[in-house]
Amino acid sequence: MSIANAAGRPRAAARIVGGVGFTLLLTFIGLTAVTFVIGRVMPADPVLAVVGDRAPQDVYDLVYRQMGLDRPLYEQYWRYLEQLSRGDLGTSIMTARPVLDDLIRFFPATLELATIATVLGVFLGIPMGVLAAVRQGQWPDHVVRVLGLIGYSMPIFWLGMVALLVFYANLDWVGGPGRIDVFHDGIVEPVTGLILVDAALAGEWEIFDNAVSHLILPSLVLATFALAYIARMTRSFMLDQLNQEYVLTARVKGVSEPAVIWRHAFRNVLVQLITIIGLTYASLLEGSVLTETVFSWPGIGQYITTSLFNGDMPAVLGGTIVVGVCFVGINMFSDLLYRLVDPRARA
Amino acid sequence: MIHSLKRLASLLGWNKPIAPRSPVAIDRAPAISLPGIAKRPRRRSPLVLACASILLASGAHAATPKNTFVMAKDISDLITLDPAEVFELSGGEVIANLYDRLMMYEPEDLATLVGGVAESWEVSGDGKVITFSIRPGLTFHSGNPVTAEDVVFSLRRVAKLKKTPSFIVTQFGWTPDNVDSLVVVDGGKARITITEEFSPGLVLNALSAGIGSVVDRKTVLSHEKDGDLGHGWLKTNSAGSGPFMLKTWKANELVTLESFPGYRHGAPAMKRVIVRHVHEPSAQRLLVEKGDVDLARNLTPDQIKGIAGNPDLAVDADPKGALMYLAANAAHPIVGDPRVSKALRYLVDYDGMAGSFLAGQQRIHQAVWPSGLWGALDETPYSLDVDAAKALLAEAGHPDGFGIRLDTLNAAPFPEVAQSIQSTLAKAGIEAEIVTAEGKTLWPMYRARKHEIILARWSPDYTDPHSNVDAFARNPDNRPEAKLTGVLAWRNSWQDEDMNAMVVAARNEPDLDKREQRYHAIQRSLQESSPYVVMFQQTEQAVRRKNVQGFVSGSNFDLVFYRNVTK
Amino acid sequence: MSADTHQERPPRTGLRTWLLSDTPASVAQARCQRFYLAWLAFRSNPIAMTGLGIVAALVLMAILAPWITNGSGLEPELGNRLQGASAEHWFGTDQLGRDLRDRVIWGSRITLYIVGLVGIIVVPVGLLIGTVAGYVGGVVDNVLMRITDVFLAFPRLILALALVAALGPGLENAILAIALTTWSPYARIARAEALTIRNSEFILAAQVQGASTIGILYRHVMPLCVSSVIVRLTLDMAGIILTAAGLGFLGLGAQPPTPEWGAMISTGRQYLLDQWWVPTVPGIAIFVVSLGFNLLGDGLRDVLDPKSGR
Repeated sequence: MSIANAAGRPRAAARIVGGVGFTLLLTFIGLTAVTFVIGRVMPADPVLAVVGDRAPQDVYDLVYRQMGLDRPLYEQYWRYLEQLSRGDLGTSIMTARPVLDDLIRFFPATLELATIATVLGVFLGIPMGVLAAVRQGQWPDHVVRVLGLIGYSMPIFWLGMVALLVFYANLDWVGGPGRIDVFHDGIVEPVTGLILVDAALAGEWEIFDNAVSHLILPSLVLATFALAYIARMTRSFMLDQLNQEYVLTARVKGVSEPAVIWRHAFRNVLVQLITIIGLTYASLLEGSVLTETVFSWPGIGQYITTSLFNGDMPAVLGGTIVVGVCFVGINMFSDLLYRLVDPRARA
Repeated sequence: MIHSLKRLASLLGWNKPIAPRSPVAIDRAPAISLPGIAKRPRRRSPLVLACASILLASGAHAATPKNTFVMAKDISDLITLDPAEVFELSGGEVIANLYDRLMMYEPEDLATLVGGVAESWEVSGDGKVITFSIRPGLTFHSGNPVTAEDVVFSLRRVAKLKKTPSFIVTQFGWTPDNVDSLVVVDGGKARITITEEFSPGLVLNALSAGIGSVVDRKTVLSHEKDGDLGHGWLKTNSAGSGPFMLKTWKANELVTLESFPGYRHGAPAMKRVIVRHVHEPSAQRLLVEKGDVDLARNLTPDQIKGIAGNPDLAVDADPKGALMYLAANAAHPIVGDPRVSKALRYLVDYDGMAGSFLAGQQRIHQAVWPSGLWGALDETPYSLDVDAAKALLAEAGHPDGFGIRLDTLNAAPFPEVAQSIQSTLAKAGIEAEIVTAEGKTLWPMYRARKHEIILARWSPDYTDPHSNVDAFARNPDNRPEAKLTGVLAWRNSWQDEDMNAMVVAARNEPDLDKREQRYHAIQRSLQESSPYVVMFQQTEQAVRRKNVQGFVSGSNFDLVFYRNVTK
Repeated sequence: MSADTHQERPPRTGLRTWLLSDTPASVAQARCQRFYLAWLAFRSNPIAMTGLGIVAALVLMAILAPWITNGSGLEPELGNRLQGASAEHWFGTDQLGRDLRDRVIWGSRITLYIVGLVGIIVVPVGLLIGTVAGYVGGVVDNVLMRITDVFLAFPRLILALALVAALGPGLENAILAIALTTWSPYARIARAEALTIRNSEFILAAQVQGASTIGILYRHVMPLCVSSVIVRLTLDMAGIILTAAGLGFLGLGAQPPTPEWGAMISTGRQYLLDQWWVPTVPGIAIFVVSLGFNLLGDGLRDVLDPKSGR
């Protein structure tokens, strides 16, 4: 990368960051508006979620008005935005608690899982992908490709069930469904909501162990997907680069093979990889409802889905905003890196 | 937005230095210290060793602590714990263990209605006034004594809050405006007055429902906000005099109860009861087989068969009041014909289903009031009879059948039952298209009368036949704008004036035997002519570790008691 | 793509010669030659051929379903539940006593239907939006990408659910919902490719020669983006099948008793511990078919990608 390009970086960064703020706002409004409309279109009745299916009509009507559902949609939306600007995400119907409290409880569970799965995917997937590309057509390539394909073709909630059966029920190597054994619950004070971190902070190694034992299976199952995808894309990107002329030139000039691979080809791949890793991480953060269901994992995916089925729109909106912000944030971040790292992509 | 970020930060603890180990973390038992909780051997290991230890650990899954009772159950329906509002199955069960009710059934004798908070009661000669004497020496969890004021406050609260279960007391003639004069304290006793025609036995039974829970007036009012009678607070907290106190409720995760040492029958043996939300039946099975929970509530019949050989597990079968039924919309041009709905009753493979994928958990029952309860009718006149059905259909002008939509829940066993019904309907030429949905999607449609045939379930609100009969049979106003959406007969656009009169007469009948006969007559009549095909009654199969004793699960959803559990 | 590797082969006559001729006489011949050479390359790739074989088998199974099954796979037979594999029921029976082999075979039609329709909707949309955004840049890029971001940022399942909710549950609506939630990553990938391509010399050259934007997009940018998009699509095939299954599981996809594989796993998963075959047979079917699509896509990538220059 040339010096001239580097000098232009701070200004470009400032401009991009400014743009990010604006687009974030735009995305955010679009997101909430769409969710709001969905709340209206959904056949699930939020009033019934409160009053139960046997409620007499007068009770129903009372709650209907209390929830402001008799107002026009734009007015309801405006009220929500107003409420939101005060930092109030509303109260969940399903949990009878402020949505914010719920999110603080459920999101870290997904964050913990998604982060570990992505880290596993990155640290195993990238070397595998590079190896496969370098040894294209040879057995490491075939092994990596087939492994990756198998991982990718696996219905992961089925894999989760089988894994639970084998490693928990039969072999007793790991913990069962849930984040920790229930009787450990409530002992460690939730500081970050990430049980591993909390337990470590509190020095509760027994709980830490327990949490790790519960985390292993779901994160491995999720990582299967991340790993397969990242390895595959790495291989694909690396192949593109290794066939480029500059690689040939470098080789001709006598640059060592590891240097060609890592310093030249891989650096160029990095840019595209960031997008891929970002997408993967973001999609895992969204919460894999099925994996969370199989492992009874109280994550954001389950939270949003159950809320949705219960017509609990404050909760759905809150969850959607959090996931949406994560998604947009990660994508913007990768976009930013993209523009800063790759001179070609710069306008 | 800024505020919410600040709040987030403060809740996450970012805006303050991380405190040294809190006392909570040090003694490992927050809120209430539990001296006897068996600790697992404590292991200190750094991160790397932790991972290794997990891989090497075997047999790490010791049993649950000796004085803690852990139960796996699907509690996704739990949305409130305020007794004036609770109307869900899981909520009803939890509050039954938090609150003593005015009248109640005790786990030692589930058949007899006895006084709970009430020591005795007197019914006036005209049956309109009941005076309750309060059991002396009772205390709430807070330490406050239980008084007639609390009883009166609790009942008035139900009427004034106007939540769903309030219809139970509004049928006594109580409204938010008049309840202060109809429910009063009189000389240290609680006196209630009924303005509608109602059998006193029925009133007493109705007061054994969740709405009869006696709440701690002082504690509740100390948390009152904007005149909500403490509703906001009581949704997620408890203020009762029952055997357990609520420690935590994390929605869709768990409910933790602590024993109440001052309970009138003595402190429960279990210091702690944890109801853990596990949605997947197969996950529940794994947990109970491993001993990570003591009891699992939602295993499927086939899974029960699968654990039959496990020497550590026992299966308890507890008949429940929940019924599974088909209902045909009487406003529909084809299935609205009584001959067609009768044909439907001949087109269900009752024996095939009850003998296979429902075995052990649903038994054949064809009347609207569940078997095992007073007033039940156990006759089962119908079985799969395609010829009889075809004759009826031909008589109604549909010899070649017709097409129809069959709506149902998308949770097992409903789709399976629907598919079996679909195949038997096909034998008479009826082509049913199955549409499955979540309850929150299905019920609005049902309440709006938009179904053709619906496969659904029903549990009694209280243990008197009137509870079900009133819902299935009586429809005082069939106009769409009447919106009697809580009434099944209205939902199915079905009205029969004779039937309405029979239901009212049975309700008002003071003589117990005659009353029972009236209910039998109503149920027989419904079997002959009505839009309903009542098919099955639920039996809950609870799978417990053999060392666990004393779990009592009665005929209704809120007759589940944790207080006698030992292990 | 060059034909170097084939030049040394001895001259032959007929179609093959025509296809391998060094001097194509027409554009049509040149095109045919390109396809033929691609096929030759494809054929030499065992992984890709395995994939093609699996997908071909799937298609064949779908076409021949009425002749290779014993029934519709829809009729419950309660006396015959949860039977293990036997001569009569190769893969055993399910919780309602239906033959799993029949159901799996009929299910292949549904799987093909889902995958095909989603692909047909998603690829052109994603490609178009992505390349236009990446190549044109500026305001167009911003607008298109923000729209894409909203869709990306949206929890997929909710969007899918909402759409199905509005349209009513069923297979077609589920497919539409999946397509609507799947196109956005394609746009992003296509844009990423377009961004790196647009400053290439050959694009500049085309611009200098006065080629129109649409022409450049169509002739130069899109073909170069196709490979990434195809790789992604084949990778997504399994995901699409599983998403459809998820929707089916949530009661919004194929309705019972339709033998959709994902729904079969969903309803059968309670039987994994004792009657493992009930969820496993459709699980394997999904696995094999996804694998087939993935292998095929992998091979296609090697062949189609002009940049790999082999």
